Amino acid sequence: MEAVKQRLILNEGALDVTLSRLCMQLIENHGSFSETALIALQPRGKWLAQRIAEKLAKFTGNTIELGYLDATFFRDDFRRRDNPITANATEMPFLVEGKKVVLIDDVLYTGRSLRASLDAMQAFGRPTKVEYLVLVDRKYTREIPVEATYIGTSVNSIKTERVSVEWKEQGYESDNIWLLSK
Amino acid sequence: MTQSNQKSSSLSTRHLTGIKELTPADIELILTTAAQFKEVINRSIKKVPSLRDITIANAFFENSTRTRLSFELAEKRLSADTLSFTASSSSVKKGETLSDTINNILAMKVDMVVMRHSSPGAPHFLAKTTKAQIINAGDGTHEHPTQALLDAFSIQEKLGEVGGKKVAIIGDILHSRVALSNIFCLQKLGAEVMVCGPSTLIPRHIEKLGVKVGHNVKEALEWADVANVLRIQLERQQIQYFPSLREYSLYFGINDKLLQSLDKEVVIMHPGPINRGVELDSDVADGKHSIILDQVENGVAVRMAVLYLLAERGQ
Repeated sequence: MEAVKQRLILNEGALDVTLSRLCMQLIENHGSFSETALIALQPRGKWLAQRIAEKLAKFTGNTIELGYLDATFFRDDFRRRDNPITANATEMPFLVEGKKVVLIDDVLYTGRSLRASLDAMQAFGRPTKVEYLVLVDRKYTREIPVEATYIGTSVNSIKTERVSVEWKEQGYESDNIWLLSK
Repeated sequence: MTQSNQKSSSLSTRHLTGIKELTPADIELILTTAAQFKEVINRSIKKVPSLRDITIANAFFENSTRTRLSFELAEKRLSADTLSFTASSSSVKKGETLSDTINNILAMKVDMVVMRHSSPGAPHFLAKTTKAQIINAGDGTHEHPTQALLDAFSIQEKLGEVGGKKVAIIGDILHSRVALSNIFCLQKLGAEVMVCGPSTLIPRHIEKLGVKVGHNVKEALEWADVANVLRIQLERQQIQYFPSLREYSLYFGINDKLLQSLDKEVVIMHPGPINRGVELDSDVADGKHSIILDQVENGVAVRMAVLYLLAERGQ
């Protein structure tokens, strides 16, 4: 097996600072969150969105609406991938009609997941505004012209590299973000 | 996020000829995917674009209402293009062979064929001799795989899991493709199965499949967590297997009084169409233990999952 090189992008302490900063930026734009809903993109946006929602609830004292959206059936690479993706649960306890929506995912890479997610979201109404929050923006890898509204950190990476986001909720000892390369 | 750390898996087969050919992992994957499609068909916008570049022919050489409608709806919800075909209004009447019919359909650039046929093994034959991806929607008295999958999905939904549950299949086992597919499917998922009916309607040597055999409905219900009640298929019966429908109903019909006499609750299922007053009384078919209409709803979700996962294998 080829040796995998790891480079730490963010450790637990730095990640917590980044999450708090992202929350402050969100509060700046969305105030009390009375007209805003968060939507986690399944499967990996879930952990980040739960952390953000938790922090926002603490900072604002309000309940934050959080839904989970799976865009597997809306992807444009169906029948074109070597490893098919298994669908995850969509749990949208609210409609997005007339709301401001913040889509949340851990890594922005090619942009195709976001495109599929925008399609998938249409089944739940027409939001007045859609924003996009990512923890890691991989620069120079986009296949579709999309960009994030809020960015935790940016990395320069090439296709053979991979960003791995590890959360304690998944069973890891601590939160870490790594850049892996062969 | 398009990174490669997402969960991935696909079916081990590119046809659905029968449950016998599926692995337990295939069945689990179909049921998991069906759960996501059930959420989709309960949205106000019930459609996803996954199969927009796929064309599916529904070739029904034998009559069907609910299975055909369910498949058609599943195909439309997945945005596939569909064409439907019934034997009574086609060149089959003029003497065309099965292979020729299917090859002609394929020549029009059709990707998948959902078929029902009165001859057991017809889909297996076509899967071997043509290039079509075949989905068996019932072949004679042999298999009806999507019915078994939707039955398993409905049991899982109602009771949490299929493994370890006891399922009694009651009625005309001899002429039932639902029974055979259910036996294979339930056993692969780890459930115990009993077949129960008059001895004339139970196939000989069926115990070799590892099922219990019973002839007393009350005892079967006392044993079971789930009763899957089958229709008496008069149209397939060449000889008389029991004296009269009235007598069958008396000995093997399930009514509310019988259910009340048990000291437990049994989930009642039926693949339809129901002969009310024969195998099931109306108060049972429409009663609180019945999940018959859930089965119909789940049928669309399960068929969407089957078509979606097979389309993925057809690339």
